[in-house]
Amino acid sequence: MTTAMLELQDVHTYYGNIHALKGISLTVNQGEIVTLIGSNGAGKSTTLRTISGLNSPRTGQILFNGTRIDRLPAHEIVRLGILQSPEGRRIFPRLTVLENLEMGAFTRNDSVTMKEDLERVYTLFPRLRERIAQKGGTLSGGEQQMLAIGRALMGRPTVLLLDEPSMGLAPVLVEQIFTIIQDINKQGTTILLVEQNALMALAVAHRGYVLQTGLIVLSDSAAALQSNETVQKAYLGME
Amino acid sequence: MATSHPRVAQGVPWRSIGKILIVIFCVLFLTLPLIEMVKAMIADPQLLVRQLLIGLTNGAYIALIALGYTLVYGIVELINFAHGDLYMLGAFFSLTLVGVFSLTPETPWLIRGPLLVVVLLATMAFTATLNMLVDRWAYRRLRGIGSRMAALISAIGISFVFQNLGLLWGYLRFPFMNGVMGSNAVAPKSFPALFPNVNLLAGTGVRFGAKDLIVVGVSVVLLAALYVFVTRTRLGKAMRATAQDRDAAALMGIDVNRTISLAFILGGALAGASGMLVGLYNGTAVFDMGFTAGLRSFTAAVLGGIGNIVGAMLGGLLIGIISALSDQYISTKWTNAVVFGILVIILVYRPTGLLGDDTAQKA
Repeated sequence: MTTAMLELQDVHTYYGNIHALKGISLTVNQGEIVTLIGSNGAGKSTTLRTISGLNSPRTGQILFNGTRIDRLPAHEIVRLGILQSPEGRRIFPRLTVLENLEMGAFTRNDSVTMKEDLERVYTLFPRLRERIAQKGGTLSGGEQQMLAIGRALMGRPTVLLLDEPSMGLAPVLVEQIFTIIQDINKQGTTILLVEQNALMALAVAHRGYVLQTGLIVLSDSAAALQSNETVQKAYLGME
Repeated sequence: MATSHPRVAQGVPWRSIGKILIVIFCVLFLTLPLIEMVKAMIADPQLLVRQLLIGLTNGAYIALIALGYTLVYGIVELINFAHGDLYMLGAFFSLTLVGVFSLTPETPWLIRGPLLVVVLLATMAFTATLNMLVDRWAYRRLRGIGSRMAALISAIGISFVFQNLGLLWGYLRFPFMNGVMGSNAVAPKSFPALFPNVNLLAGTGVRFGAKDLIVVGVSVVLLAALYVFVTRTRLGKAMRATAQDRDAAALMGIDVNRTISLAFILGGALAGASGMLVGLYNGTAVFDMGFTAGLRSFTAAVLGGIGNIVGAMLGGLLIGIISALSDQYISTKWTNAVVFGILVIILVYRPTGLLGDDTAQKA
């Protein structure tokens, strides 16, 4: 009784003449954590950028709850409940932590629910409460990552797209972030997770797709991918 | 470093000789005039205060124009060359309305005051709309394709179009305008003296007229309103966010194009207000008045740190005061050289401007 919430059908995306996505098809069902693993330049971030409308696919369709969204501008896709914590965090460096979080709730102009959501984010990331008045650019890498995820949560996502949440973080923090990702999922948010850290990603995800130079080469349950020989060799560092 | 490059400094210290020559040059050519200037300032403090007040008034209107440069640059990194000419069109539009309302120095204040406010708001609405439309037609399509040069050249083109629009405007002789454009189309247009010509500091030997107070007062109100808008409101914050990271702003659900339009609208409105205030203050407007004003305002924006809103205000004030002092104590002919000389010096030592951010130069 799984329902496809987000569906990509044969999506091709170009950067100028560069054919970055060569026909991606994938499905994210309601309530799942789906991970997209693959090496640098495989097209993981481009896939998320295409879903969010920052890049538009040249051919193919993207469906959200059955309706096409691939021709919508980025800001309208956000209004549907698809939020992204982008690669490299992309915190607004000269806005305060609080202002960054407020921007996450930009589509909802309503101060009551905003307070609730702020509380929720502070509960997940107590560090952010301590940094509330600090400029985003002065935070440490880990704090910026928390802010980027928190900012996306402020938009009350139905689907949360996470791009490399573990990048550049100390191992302790990586564990912490992945635990929080699971918590967010348990609270009812569907998650599409892009990661280079395949080990951690497969540990928390339900299903996974393996991306290689713009193509999906494997898809299976996370457990099956973990025990897949090719995956072990290429992405899990096992011989 | 172990393998640093061998310096020429082995034989002759050319670099030090260069520095010494520059110091000698400065001492020879700048010390005496500077001493003279300071002497003159001390000898007649009333004159100094008067010049500072003139600088304050000029600084106020320069700051209003400078904000248009800085808002737009902060968000789309375009030097909007046509902005000075937009200010000129603001002056022409307000003069036209003055004619339509048949405002004269004899109009009683009970009618004149409210109508002047109407003229101000209408002028701001006019230049704001015009600026927004020009962005849509002439700049938006050029964004994100090729180099930033394309949009810059487009802006230079619009600058000429605006100036010719100003010339054309001078030919307009509609009956409802009540002959406000005068008889000669190209000549400077005269505003009636609608601001009261009273010296508020009469008897002190210093001059600060009621019209100076109006210019400074209206400017301060507008600048404060802009500051509050940008720092406190949801849309203002969205504008800063867009300036700092356009993609990330789009991912927050912010309509980036609309936010850019907003920057053009705000900048345009302030330029229009400035055009009207200066027109009424100086009693004149001419089709090419936007060039020098635009250049000085742009300088003010760069001086304060382009993209920085408070910087543009500070830069405007400084340029106003430096110009006024230079006009009095050096020579009006030297003022541009002095203003731009100071700009060069500041930029050499602080490329991001006085309040510019070191990490990035925006917002």
